Amino acid sequence: MDSLLNNERPPVFCPGCSHDRITHTLDNAFQNMGLTAEKIVMVSDIGCSGLFDTFFNTHALHGLHGRALTYATGLKLARPDLNVVVTMGDGGQGIGGAHLLAACRRNLDLTLLVLNNFNFGMTGGQYSATTPLDAEVGSGFLNQLEHPLDICQVARSAGAPYVTRCSGYGSDLADEIQRAIEFKGFSILDIWGVCPGRYTKKNRLTPKAIESMLAELPPMQGVVAENKRQEYGTHYREAAARQRRVGDPLKIEARFAPPRPGRQEVVLLGSAGQRIITAGEILCLAGLTAGLQTTQKNEYNITVLRGPSISELILSPEEIDYTGIEKPSAIVVLDQEGVNRRRAMFDHLEEDTLVVKIQGVEIPACKAQIHGVDLKALGIKKPDWALASLAILAHPGQIISLGMLTAALKTRFKGKILENALELIKKAGAI
Amino acid sequence: MSLTLLEGNEAVARGAVAAGCRFFAGYPITPATTILNAMLSLLPPLGGVCLQGEDEIASIGACLGASMAGLKVMTATSGPGISLYSEQISFAIGSEIPIVIVDVQRLGPSTGSATRGADGDINFLRWGNSGGMPVIVLAPVNVADCFTLTFQAFNLAEKFRCPVFIASNKEIAMTRESIDMDALQIPDRVTRTAPPGGQNFLPFQVRKGRGVPDFLPIGGEVPVRQTSSTHGINGYITTDHNEIAGIIKRLKTKIHSAVDQFSFHESHTVKKAETLIIAYGISARAAKAVFNVQKTTKHPVSLLVLKTIWPVPEAVIRRATRDIKRVIVVEMNLGQYVHEIERILPDKPVELLAQMDGRLITPQAIKEKIING
Repeated sequence: MDSLLNNERPPVFCPGCSHDRITHTLDNAFQNMGLTAEKIVMVSDIGCSGLFDTFFNTHALHGLHGRALTYATGLKLARPDLNVVVTMGDGGQGIGGAHLLAACRRNLDLTLLVLNNFNFGMTGGQYSATTPLDAEVGSGFLNQLEHPLDICQVARSAGAPYVTRCSGYGSDLADEIQRAIEFKGFSILDIWGVCPGRYTKKNRLTPKAIESMLAELPPMQGVVAENKRQEYGTHYREAAARQRRVGDPLKIEARFAPPRPGRQEVVLLGSAGQRIITAGEILCLAGLTAGLQTTQKNEYNITVLRGPSISELILSPEEIDYTGIEKPSAIVVLDQEGVNRRRAMFDHLEEDTLVVKIQGVEIPACKAQIHGVDLKALGIKKPDWALASLAILAHPGQIISLGMLTAALKTRFKGKILENALELIKKAGAI
Repeated sequence: MSLTLLEGNEAVARGAVAAGCRFFAGYPITPATTILNAMLSLLPPLGGVCLQGEDEIASIGACLGASMAGLKVMTATSGPGISLYSEQISFAIGSEIPIVIVDVQRLGPSTGSATRGADGDINFLRWGNSGGMPVIVLAPVNVADCFTLTFQAFNLAEKFRCPVFIASNKEIAMTRESIDMDALQIPDRVTRTAPPGGQNFLPFQVRKGRGVPDFLPIGGEVPVRQTSSTHGINGYITTDHNEIAGIIKRLKTKIHSAVDQFSFHESHTVKKAETLIIAYGISARAAKAVFNVQKTTKHPVSLLVLKTIWPVPEAVIRRATRDIKRVIVVEMNLGQYVHEIERILPDKPVELLAQMDGRLITPQAIKEKIING
């Protein structure tokens, strides 16, 4: 196979830089694998490792510092057949730590080559996430205060199924790289090297020293047995193929006449767990069965089963512009929490507003007609009160008709749930 | 006629899929989460990909990768997520990567209020990239716009190879609304153009008479380079200031010179009206309510609803204000877009009705502004 190195742009690193050797070794690995240019995408980010993409005549994407894995993820999911090779430095590992963890956990078939030279070469030799505590680097004393990161241990803990720590000077590096690329899943190579431009100006580090340092560490050589599992992309496509296609949203034909002319505004004041939002949706659907325009604006706390839940509904034969409540036709009072959130609304009510109020809930003094109901006495449970109250709004001449309500329930519910809902409406409608 | 009850966010998702979107990545955030939910149910059965990223930066990064592989991509977030997207937005602008970005705005600053609406990101979307390059921002008013403008956003992203924002708002996104799906005005799909065969492909070369480079995907037969660095037409770093100046200028003009092609707006005019209300997003609906009431009174007003926010549709604004003596800009923030209107209309009095407290601006407040100034 031919070299995939870019003849027009030969590698330009500082004299003695380990990156230079790794560039050529990577090219050897590609050649040994018989890979052609269009089968490879080199993804890199910022720093000296970010020069790699320009030295190869392959597909290439060079992006922001620490984010190479993010682009690689999108590329690989879009084109599973591509060999996606990511180069990052120890700097990129620091700033993009979350992406490294996610890549290890996800196990998408990417190959990450970390060109680890223990400092930020390009910006003046500042300390990185892997700088030893006793190193003398361009960050004054700061590196003495932060413990260096063991990339391999982190990757292993995060679930990477293939982790290798090796020297950029190793005679088998091309084979190491080939094995990592051929591994079906996320593979990471922590490749240690020398940065003569910055790091070794004040620190002694040689290929030999790297070799003996590596020998003292617990070996990390490829497959991590406890992390072996199905590759993400394959898994994703298998799971996706089992998903059922979602149909178009339901279209509802108008087949009823609305009981009242003009815009009707309804407010449901309750609390979480009362299925306020569902009841609001049913009221809107009922409106659609009469050809009315509708809007549903909800307010609830981010907590589940705690706090107020409010639904503001508008049904109108005209286009609905403003979605706020100006002059409610009906307010359904189901819980004190909802009332407390909307106390000010009661000050402005007129005589023609109907307030349907559950017994025991206190509301501010107002001019509206108040219709007290005791749903509990009818044996209706609190989570059903909102739905039950729609039956009262379906009394003759009110907001909707019983026909509209029944039709809405039939579009929203099926089977036993529908039967129960219809039964509930019948019971509450008798009030 | 039949009607459908649909939430704004679901309409965005369905508009995206209709436009050909096959890759979505996002990170959950109220009030944008239901777009992620909808894409997760819509895309996988179509062979598309929906990914929950480890954070916002990863989500948009994955989109950029997938877009470079040739897919139509979208991400969605709210103000705090746009903050995190910023570096990747700059990348998409400078390196001409098509993407649709939905900002379902919530009350800021910072984490602000997750479930309160606002239009506080209008200038942030325009200016939140390093380099200050122009972007396209469309603002839906209702659930139908959520569908059609998202569709248009994909077409524009493909045509101009750039990020296109949908500036939604909690009050549109999480409000359910009736919509006549059969009446939607759906444009034809646009897809980025491949270069003519028979010549060497240079990733940022622009054919004569065009403003946008042709596109070949990463992963195709011809090796393609993409880079976030200042590049020449070959996709390699350049230090040639003439080449740099040419590309930077093109990034601006390709969008600015074309704004008349996509100046989405609604103009409601009453002949004898001396006052024009300019509004966008959810506030345009309160303004429309006022317009409808006032049009039969002695004091009618005209209304201009802008749906293309950036680049500023200057021709539309000039046309709408030709016979107008007074302009009122209504905004759900402290007054951002009003400065654009003042810039375009230096000879007319421009007033501002601004409110930023998590509540909708009411028709009553607009009416009072008209009467009392």
